[in-house]
Amino acid sequence: MTVNIDNANAIAVERMIEARPVLTGLGKALDTVPDMHEDLLLHAGPPIAWEDASGPLRGALIGALIFEGRAEEEAEAAQLIASGEVRLSPCHHHSAVGPMAGVISPSMAVYEVENKTHGNRAFSNLNEGYGKVLRYGAYSDEVQERLRWMHDVMAPVLGAAIEACSGLDIRALLAEALHMGDEGHNRNKAGSVLFTKLLAPHIAMAAPDPATAAAVIDALGENALSVLNPVMAACKAMADAGHGVEGSTVVTTMARNGTEFGIRVSGMGERWFTSPCPQPVGLYFPGFSAEDGNPDIGDSTITETAGLGAFAMAAAPAIVTFVSGTPQDALNATLEMYEITAAEHTVFTIPQLDFRGTPVGIDLRAVVETGITPRVNTGIAHKEAGVGQIGAGLVRPPAALFAEALIAFAEQYGFQE
Amino acid sequence: MVEPLAQKGEACASALLAEVRAGSYYDSVVLMQLQRALTDLPGVRDAGVVMGTPANKELLTQSALVTADALRAAPEDLILVVQAESEQAGRAALAKVDDLLSARRTQQSDAYRPKTLSSATRMFPEADWTLISVPGAYAAAVARDALNLGQNVFLYSDNVPVEDEVSLKESAAGKGLLVMGPDCGTARVEGAGLGFANRVRQGRIGIVAASGTGLQAVMVGIHRLGEGISQAFGTGGRDLTADVEARTARQALTLLKDDANTEVIVIVSKPPSSSVAKQLLSAAKACDKPVVVNFIGYSGEPNVADHAAGISFARTLDGTAELAVQRLAASDSDHPTGKPEDSFQPTAAPAQRVSPVRPGSCLRALYAGGTLACEALFLLQGFLPSIRSNGPLPGGLQLENAHRSQGHTVVDLGGDAFTVGRLHPMLDNELRIRRLLQEAEDPETGLILLDVVLGDGAHPDPASELGPAIEEAIHTAARHGRSMPVVAVVIGTNADPQGLGRQVERLKEAGAAVFTRHDEAVYAVGRALGEMGEDRPLPSSEPDSNVPSERDCAAKASDFAAINVGLESFTDSLRAQGAEVVQVDWRPPAGGDKRLAGLLARLR
Repeated sequence: MTVNIDNANAIAVERMIEARPVLTGLGKALDTVPDMHEDLLLHAGPPIAWEDASGPLRGALIGALIFEGRAEEEAEAAQLIASGEVRLSPCHHHSAVGPMAGVISPSMAVYEVENKTHGNRAFSNLNEGYGKVLRYGAYSDEVQERLRWMHDVMAPVLGAAIEACSGLDIRALLAEALHMGDEGHNRNKAGSVLFTKLLAPHIAMAAPDPATAAAVIDALGENALSVLNPVMAACKAMADAGHGVEGSTVVTTMARNGTEFGIRVSGMGERWFTSPCPQPVGLYFPGFSAEDGNPDIGDSTITETAGLGAFAMAAAPAIVTFVSGTPQDALNATLEMYEITAAEHTVFTIPQLDFRGTPVGIDLRAVVETGITPRVNTGIAHKEAGVGQIGAGLVRPPAALFAEALIAFAEQYGFQE
Repeated sequence: MVEPLAQKGEACASALLAEVRAGSYYDSVVLMQLQRALTDLPGVRDAGVVMGTPANKELLTQSALVTADALRAAPEDLILVVQAESEQAGRAALAKVDDLLSARRTQQSDAYRPKTLSSATRMFPEADWTLISVPGAYAAAVARDALNLGQNVFLYSDNVPVEDEVSLKESAAGKGLLVMGPDCGTARVEGAGLGFANRVRQGRIGIVAASGTGLQAVMVGIHRLGEGISQAFGTGGRDLTADVEARTARQALTLLKDDANTEVIVIVSKPPSSSVAKQLLSAAKACDKPVVVNFIGYSGEPNVADHAAGISFARTLDGTAELAVQRLAASDSDHPTGKPEDSFQPTAAPAQRVSPVRPGSCLRALYAGGTLACEALFLLQGFLPSIRSNGPLPGGLQLENAHRSQGHTVVDLGGDAFTVGRLHPMLDNELRIRRLLQEAEDPETGLILLDVVLGDGAHPDPASELGPAIEEAIHTAARHGRSMPVVAVVIGTNADPQGLGRQVERLKEAGAAVFTRHDEAVYAVGRALGEMGEDRPLPSSEPDSNVPSERDCAAKASDFAAINVGLESFTDSLRAQGAEVVQVDWRPPAGGDKRLAGLLARLR
């Protein structure tokens, strides 16, 4: 009853801001991710059972089992999970995050990020680029071939290059990318180029031959999302640093599994609050419409949780078309998020707002009071497994989620009448 | 076209259509304007546009504008109900709603509008005043936030519990801040008129007022006499009660005492309780400046000791202005005139005639200004034996039904019985026009008296609507073979957006006898009725030739920096005066969910 919420929030958000995530290596999930084992698949969002999983998540889980050599085809893979032989667990329970379906299987390569300030670590998988990709639930031969190249050819070179860098400061990279028109979630064009630039000399040295070096550099440089996964791991490391502060109402997790949207709160341990996932509002690629869209999916909302993504929209006027229109709308998006956050970032700043820090540390109380829910920039997946990305836009978690969490917070800390 | 009240709901073939929009909050003025715009659409008989609070749903039920859907709406939901001649017309009207709402919005800039007061103060740290006009149930919490953010408060909202008023004022005093209100309609601070305010000259007379239109009438009177206002603080009508102990009034007096630009102080209020009056007068004495007091309806003899201490009492609002200006002149001259004049002195001006009144017929005074209605009741006591009102003076006769006049009647159409779910008659003339035509049909009606209050916040051109209605009313009476003079008193200045001269001209064209001093208008009416139709010339108050230029009035409003939470018209009028304002896009906390709002209060 005697907790001072304002103080607790100040501590939580200060820890998030002071966290300095550095990319230290690329390892095998089974060897590096906490509590990973042979019969476990990690996925985006809050916990979910196979029966409740949406098309894209099912497709990605099937594809991962095929990639692992555990199954030849769809029915066999489904049987492995349905029977309980292979279990499912949220990435977030293993210090990890993955975009869209976010499926990480035991032999997959994962980026390792270490928070140099507080020592905690976070992980994310490799980004496959655009088109038919596992994270959108595609698992065809073409997808498998791409995954195998990434793991057999690219990963060893990339891992060596990262080690040769002796640590790549993702926080500094993000701060710079914000000044180059990125918001760190839907737009990572500048960040991916910076990432490629920093690694390229080391890739050239580490690659067995020039053709491999060229292929790896090309894969990173051509993919405007190549830095997204290390960025997400960095955001996870920052958000986790703010987690577990007694009496804090700061939201430290927002994630979707394609069926439900879930949040966790700093002062409320590992408890998830979930609610059916809304569908994003946005622009669809030619030939697709809202009817084809899956409810929102992915752990990439960790960027908004850490004060980036839609919260830094003012920095990325180039992508306002996804959310409706004018550069003024981009400014307004960020300005609105200041209403529900506990602090302004001291490292991530926005030139368009006179170098004001991005809004960071979503305060449960402010969300409930104002009715303003966090904005999330997101990609839109086709509801059927394997089709892939069909658009991009904006989504907001349901307000009821925050009300439910606030009521539970009051119960836990004895604030009821 | 105005539809008589009685036809409402008598629809034979009609369609009732409702739409509920979840989670959309709009302020009440926007909704009422939308409601009026809907009723103006072809084939629409009536419309209701309200937020889905229990009180509003009750209101819809009473107006037979309710559907099952509407009854299920939550407080944060917007209810739109249309009663139309056909389903088609109703549908067409509902389809126009978005256009009607966005028509408003395109006039606004697309710059970010803060959603909370704290974010507004971060955006605009220069602001030191916050105007609050949110629904009463939320107003105290917003005011408390404002005080905690170091803001002075202009609290327009009413229905704020008296305990909240006292605690807000105590907390403000502790922080060296001022809370004007609740239920404060007008003020003038640092050259800017707040709420309903007339454009007047900046000057040397400071005012503390516990009434809205009373303060407006005094400011206008001072302006007409060529002087101006330094500051005018509203206190809210309850400040001078024993519960609140004149907390704001006493604080305001101290501010005026210390204000180098204020040379004469005016206090205007309905009669306070005697203990509070004593406190207030002793605070006034401590000011060491000449003080003019008008406790409207105060009939006791002024105390000699008060005179000695520089306090003089005025009988009417215009008399107050006159006395203040005299005191200023006296303190200007090297030889002070000594004991100030208490009595009302008519100004020499061309005669204004009120046509004869039929013997035995009655007064029907239809007021928009509450304090003006109160002053009329007080001043008419000497002329008319019994007057009924919906807000009578102590000991006066209460109207049985506010909607129906009886004998001599003075009705305040801004009273609660009329304004629930409707715009105030200073903003919307419809109610008054209906009542005017209703009175014209009544054979008892002998004379109609109307007030027309101009200024920021008021209707943009009242005479354009009241003028034709007056003509129609006079014709209606004439058709029944009755003469029925109409007297209008216009409170305003030529610098007001509506233009005093234009309003007076239009009302005269319509056939009204027009005054610009309220006391003169009331005396003229009293004589016309009291002496049973004796047609005598009266001193009139033509708009003064001593009219200042717009520049004169704009004064230093541009220095005023404020945050507005609630009615957008307040932002518009302050901006028109050159002040800088940030409008907060306010919504009820937790979407109006009381349980969550209570929880939030504990989690602060």
